[in-house]
Formats: sequence, structure tokens, C-alpha cells
Amino acid sequence: MKSYIRRFFYGDIPGQETGGAPAPQGPKNDWPLWEVFIRSKQGLDHKHVGSLHATDAQMAIENARDVYTRRQEGVSIWVVKSQDIHASRPEESGELYDPAADKIYRHPTFYDLPDEINHM
Amino acid sequence: MSVHDLEKHFQDTIDAEIKIEPLDWMPDAYRKTNIRQISQHAHSEIVGMLPEGNWISRAPSLKRKAILLAKVQDEAGHGLYLYSACETLGTSREETINDLHSGRAKYSSIFNYPTLTWADIGTVGWLVDGAAIMNQVMLTRTSYGPYARAMVRICKEESFHQRQGFESLLVLSKGSEAQRTMCQDAINRWWWPALMMFGPRDSESTNSDQSMKWKIKRKTNDELRQQFVDMCVEQVKLLGMTLPDPNLKWNEETKHYDFGEIDWNEFWQVVKGNGPCNLERLQARKKAWEEGAWVREAAAAHAAKKQKRADANAA
Repeated sequence: MKSYIRRFFYGDIPGQETGGAPAPQGPKNDWPLWEVFIRSKQGLDHKHVGSLHATDAQMAIENARDVYTRRQEGVSIWVVKSQDIHASRPEESGELYDPAADKIYRHPTFYDLPDEINHM
Repeated sequence: MSVHDLEKHFQDTIDAEIKIEPLDWMPDAYRKTNIRQISQHAHSEIVGMLPEGNWISRAPSLKRKAILLAKVQDEAGHGLYLYSACETLGTSREETINDLHSGRAKYSSIFNYPTLTWADIGTVGWLVDGAAIMNQVMLTRTSYGPYARAMVRICKEESFHQRQGFESLLVLSKGSEAQRTMCQDAINRWWWPALMMFGPRDSESTNSDQSMKWKIKRKTNDELRQQFVDMCVEQVKLLGMTLPDPNLKWNEETKHYDFGEIDWNEFWQVVKGNGPCNLERLQARKKAWEEGAWVREAAAAHAAKKQKRADANAA
């Protein structure tokens, strides 16, 4: 496939590798990756905000506190190991979501009612 | 679907202003371009802590110290948001950091300039963060979802950085003769490097406009730079200071300010590693990484021990 690499990506940072040997890629030493979910206030759902590395759940929560709630963005934190998240695949989106597309009768606006009717 | 069809579907998605998400099919070059851009952006946040960290212990008051600490902590957070976004493309954190330390990956050249006086800290907030914000506001609309979301988060916080910088200069500009001189001197030294942050002129970018077509980038270097100049010319008046460019002049025809030529020789020198602080910055990063090795190992050993104990209790 034809490859398009622009020379400059972010302002003055050169896009080309301009020196230094390729980094040695040793065994993967990264700590496990955790997905972080924050409840911004009581009564609302936890919402995905990002991810971070930590050795265990406790460290993940403490780091999430430092990284994602420095300005009172949250009152509760969930962390889940990224490897434990199962996701639907984009290729399946047809079979998964298309069947709902032609069922407009599931929406209240489908029903034409006289203006005089109240409380409905 | 053939690769051609996939590519067409991909471009149609982008043209329809629908974001690309991690599990979606994307051309290899799109993935590669994003990995490079996001990781180098992350490195810039991390290295960007160094010139400012230099002043935490010497900030002139407790208030300024607290503000600077909060700002530097934000930069660390911004680096993390970006490293995370980068990892959604299939890189490992360790590889990314190794690339910085080996000199393979670059960061923004602006951080290779030294912060000589206290006024530099205010000027960095005003001009350097100001220039970064122009780029970052544009990037909140970039086509790769995780990158765009990280940018939204960053932009919210970055506004404080720029405002505290300008306010700190405002205080100096109303101070003693020595303080005003220091303020003007810092502006003189940082103005041109700040303009260089937008990169080479559009006419110098020989490669295709693929990044624009993919909507990774949505404005050109020159457009952003012009926007920045127009903004700063007005702001500097409030400080009662001047920008060090005799050719700055309002152009009635273009409705923009004309400005002088950037010293491109200096630009390329710093990019190539010959700036005032290139060596020092990288050494500081490597030192921090190496000296932190025992902490990383200890934390991993502690977690393993706790897990073992939990498993034994469960059995």
C-alpha cells in the first residue's frame, strides 16, 4: 500500500527519525493497563475517561485520582483491567444494529395523536 | 471487502466527520502517522515539565509555587492522556518511552530553550502554551477519536496555563524598572522560538497534504502561525511591552498582521539537536527513568506478592 508520511506532524516536531538507533524492544515490561471510569456526581453513571498502567487495582485507583480528578471531576472511580473488557467488533455492526433501523414504531414520535390530548 | 473498498469506506467515514475508533479498519499509514504524532506530542508534554520544574523551588511566593506545581502536574497528566491514546493504536508504553530516550522520537523544539529568569515562566505560559493551544484546539477535531478526546481534556486545562502566565507577566509589567526590564527581555527571547513552534512554512512542506485529507491536521502551519501573531499583537499591548519584530505591521488588504522572517537556520539547528538544551533535556529524562527503575521493580514485586497471598487465601 502506498505510504503517506507527512514530514511534520505537530508543529516543529520533525516526522522523520533523525538520529539514534531504533529503540531496543525488549520483553514487554509494562504494568497491566487499566481502563478508568469516573462518576462525576452522585446520581450519574460512571463514564469511561481513559486508561493508565498500574501494578494492581489499588494503585490504579490512586493514579486515576491524580490523573483524572485533579479538578473535582469525580466522586467515584472504577478501574477495570483492559484485558477483561470484551468489545463488539465494528465488522458486526450491520447484524447488531441494522435491525433497529426500520422499527420506527418503537419511538413515541411515530404515533400521530390529536393536539387536544394531554398528559401523554 | 478488498483493501480498495476498505480505504474508500475509511475516507468516506472521515469525510462525513465521523471519528475513527481503535477497532475500526484504518490504513497502515494512518495508524503510523497517528502513532508518531501522538507519541511525539506526549513526549513534548513530558519534556515540557523540565524547563518549568527548574523554577518550582525558586518561585517568588507560595502562591506562585503552588500554581507552578499544579501546572507541571497537569503537563504530566497531559503526557499520560496522550500516551494512553497512543496505546489504543497498538504500541506499548515501554517502546514509546524507549524511542524518546534513544533519540529516535522527537519532541517539540521549544523545550530546548533555557528558562533563565522568573519572567521566562510567565512568558512560557503566555506564548508557549498559547501557541500550543492553537494547535491543540485544532486537534480537538482531529479524526482519531481517542486523540480528539485527549485533546478536549487537555484544552480545558491548558487555558489555566496560559492565563496564569499572562497574569504573572501583568504583575511584572506593573512592577519596578528591573521587573519590567526582565519581562521585556523574556518576551524578546521567547517570541521567535514560539513562532517556530508552528513548524516550517507551508511552501517548505514538500509532502502531500495527506494529513489534511485524513483530517488528522485541520489547519496548516502558516494559518495557525498567523492566527497566533494576530492574537499576540493585541495582547502584548495590555502588558505595555513590545514584540521584538520591527516588521510587524497591520495589513489592511489581508486583514492580518505582516511579520518578519523567522531565522530558519536556528530552527533547523535546534530541530537537529544543536539547541541550547537538547542534550540536557534528554539526559534529565533518562536519569529520571533509570533512577525510578527500583521503584517500578519494587511495586511490581509488591503486587505479585499481594496477588499470591490473595490466591492462597482463596484456595
